[in-house]
Amino acid sequence: MSKVYGILAEFKTPHDIYAAAVKLRAAGYTRWDTFTPFPVHGLDKAMGLPRSKVPFIVLACGLAGFFGAAGMVWFMDAYNYPLVVGGKPYWSPVYPFPVMYECVILLATFGAFFGQFLLNLLPRYHHPVFNAEAFAGASDDAFLVVIEARDPRYNEAGTREQLEALGGFNITLVNE
Amino acid sequence: MIAEAETTVARPPEVLARVQPLASPARPTLVLNKRDFHWITDKVCGIVEQPAPLWWWICAAVAAMVASFVPIGLFYLVSTGIGVWGLRPPEFWGWDIVNFVFWVGIAHAGTMISSVLCLLRQKWRTAISRTAEATTIFGIMCAGIFPAFHVGRVWFAWWLFPVPNSQSTWPNFHSPLEWDVFAVNTYLTVSLLFWYMGMVPDLATLRDRAKVTWRKYFYGILALGWRNSTRHWRNYEMAYLVIAGMATSLVVSVSAIVSADFASSLQPGWHTAIFPPYFVAGAVFCGFAMVLALLIPLRSLFKLEDVITQYHIDCVCKATLAIGSMVAYVYTMEFFIAWYGGNLFEVFTFINRAFGQYAWAYWIMLSCNVLSPQLFWFKKVRRNLPLVFLVALLINLGMWCERFVIIVTSLGNDFLPSSWGYFTPSVVDIFTFFGTLGMFGLLFLLFIRFLPMLPISEMKHVLPEADPHFGERGHITTGADGVPKGGGL
Repeated sequence: MSKVYGILAEFKTPHDIYAAAVKLRAAGYTRWDTFTPFPVHGLDKAMGLPRSKVPFIVLACGLAGFFGAAGMVWFMDAYNYPLVVGGKPYWSPVYPFPVMYECVILLATFGAFFGQFLLNLLPRYHHPVFNAEAFAGASDDAFLVVIEARDPRYNEAGTREQLEALGGFNITLVNE
Repeated sequence: MIAEAETTVARPPEVLARVQPLASPARPTLVLNKRDFHWITDKVCGIVEQPAPLWWWICAAVAAMVASFVPIGLFYLVSTGIGVWGLRPPEFWGWDIVNFVFWVGIAHAGTMISSVLCLLRQKWRTAISRTAEATTIFGIMCAGIFPAFHVGRVWFAWWLFPVPNSQSTWPNFHSPLEWDVFAVNTYLTVSLLFWYMGMVPDLATLRDRAKVTWRKYFYGILALGWRNSTRHWRNYEMAYLVIAGMATSLVVSVSAIVSADFASSLQPGWHTAIFPPYFVAGAVFCGFAMVLALLIPLRSLFKLEDVITQYHIDCVCKATLAIGSMVAYVYTMEFFIAWYGGNLFEVFTFINRAFGQYAWAYWIMLSCNVLSPQLFWFKKVRRNLPLVFLVALLINLGMWCERFVIIVTSLGNDFLPSSWGYFTPSVVDIFTFFGTLGMFGLLFLLFIRFLPMLPISEMKHVLPEADPHFGERGHITTGADGVPKGGGL
């Protein structure tokens, strides 16, 4: 028999899982997660998750786009191969502004897109939760809680009882 | 800790009991007939999972045939020369650039719907956002063909990018044409990433429902192992919001930069400061019309009346009317400024547009873009879907003529009467343009066949029961009739 990854409980509505998350957090669980077909508003706060770090990555990428594009245009049109166009200055921050602007948007979007997947450690095609039969419901209309066996407060009978008391059903063990 | 937690769940804030707020007029429900989460999954996935209907095969065959004009036309162009596009003095920008601006414009509504309306929290945008974003991507793909081949020797088109070449020269960043390269490529990349990221949770839904092996692999790989975890949703929502903000800046910048190609020249009729906002308004206008023209048939073919409701169509019609009015304002303002500016060439250009050799295009433009959307003031018209569809097509025709009027009239009759000319498109011009229409249609048909056409998870999110406080005391909900109920205040 393979190792137990954790215990899974199903809830019917966003309201139920929200209430369960508030109580599970209060009970001191740390290594657990909820799985919902759409982001339930406030559920992350109820679970005590901190604010996402994505904006910092976006800011760094956006700044890199701005200065990177400015540097690129300066190097190409003013330093490496100075271009005379209509007697205008070789370098000015004004004429390449559209290029700088577009590069901010491009790199900031890269930051948000790849940063999001990086922070979520995705793509990851194999994960123990996929072993649970009920898991496919999380992308349809089921609201799931999984408490990992590694959690210091986890004990099979006690946690199961607690999940039952919170209104969870279809409580099953998830194997690694 | 537990006591505090219980308070937040069970009781509404004390302040509500004291101030006794009135139930505000409810917004119309976005999903009719009290459909639940599972119904939405079934409905949207069902379109992809069931065998393609007969009409799909017929449309796809016709679209594929028409789309084949594009490679044939381009092959002929490359092997013969750019002259096969009917470009000759004084008209070196003809249908090709008209088509480029037209397709970039079509693209704009998708970005507008998915980003600007997302930031403005217009929840009605959810049901139509995925299809609108698809029009964005396919629109930019069609647009890109024309300038890329207009450079003449398309095998040197890579010189537009800032990469070293054998002549040790670099692109000229003083030129708006180079800004365009950055604007359009950024636009395509950002739209594609935004579209894909929005689709990842829905691809996971398709993966979880897949019964056939190829489907499991196809959707499984595309879904990137998405698990619907709340720890992931938190980063995902933040990234989505940020990209919506970025795409908002694209809505106002891409067509504005395209317009700089014209506005920074000295050509009468082009050299005006109103061009950037003018092009943005025009772009969003024809994009909305295209969204209407696609949604109305899709809605009835796939029986989506419960999710793309009359309210959605009303909203798009009203937005079209509002932006159409801005476009009408610009048409008036252009004439006023030409007169007020006192430049004789400018004055002549505008009188010539209305009464000169291209007057036919001008009056088609004016009647389609200014008069036809006025019908949307009337509720009766907005509820008459065949009529809405017709108006949407007319607006697209009008907007194509608008670009023709701007580009061709200014070049045809400029400063020196001795060098005036009249542009007539060649057969290759006409076939290539209709080819891009076929290409757009074919890409769109493939999209509705293989990818989730409506955003499944986002649509579940706008159902009233998606709120974790749904049904609690003090929480106002609305019924199917749109009347607020519950609350118990």
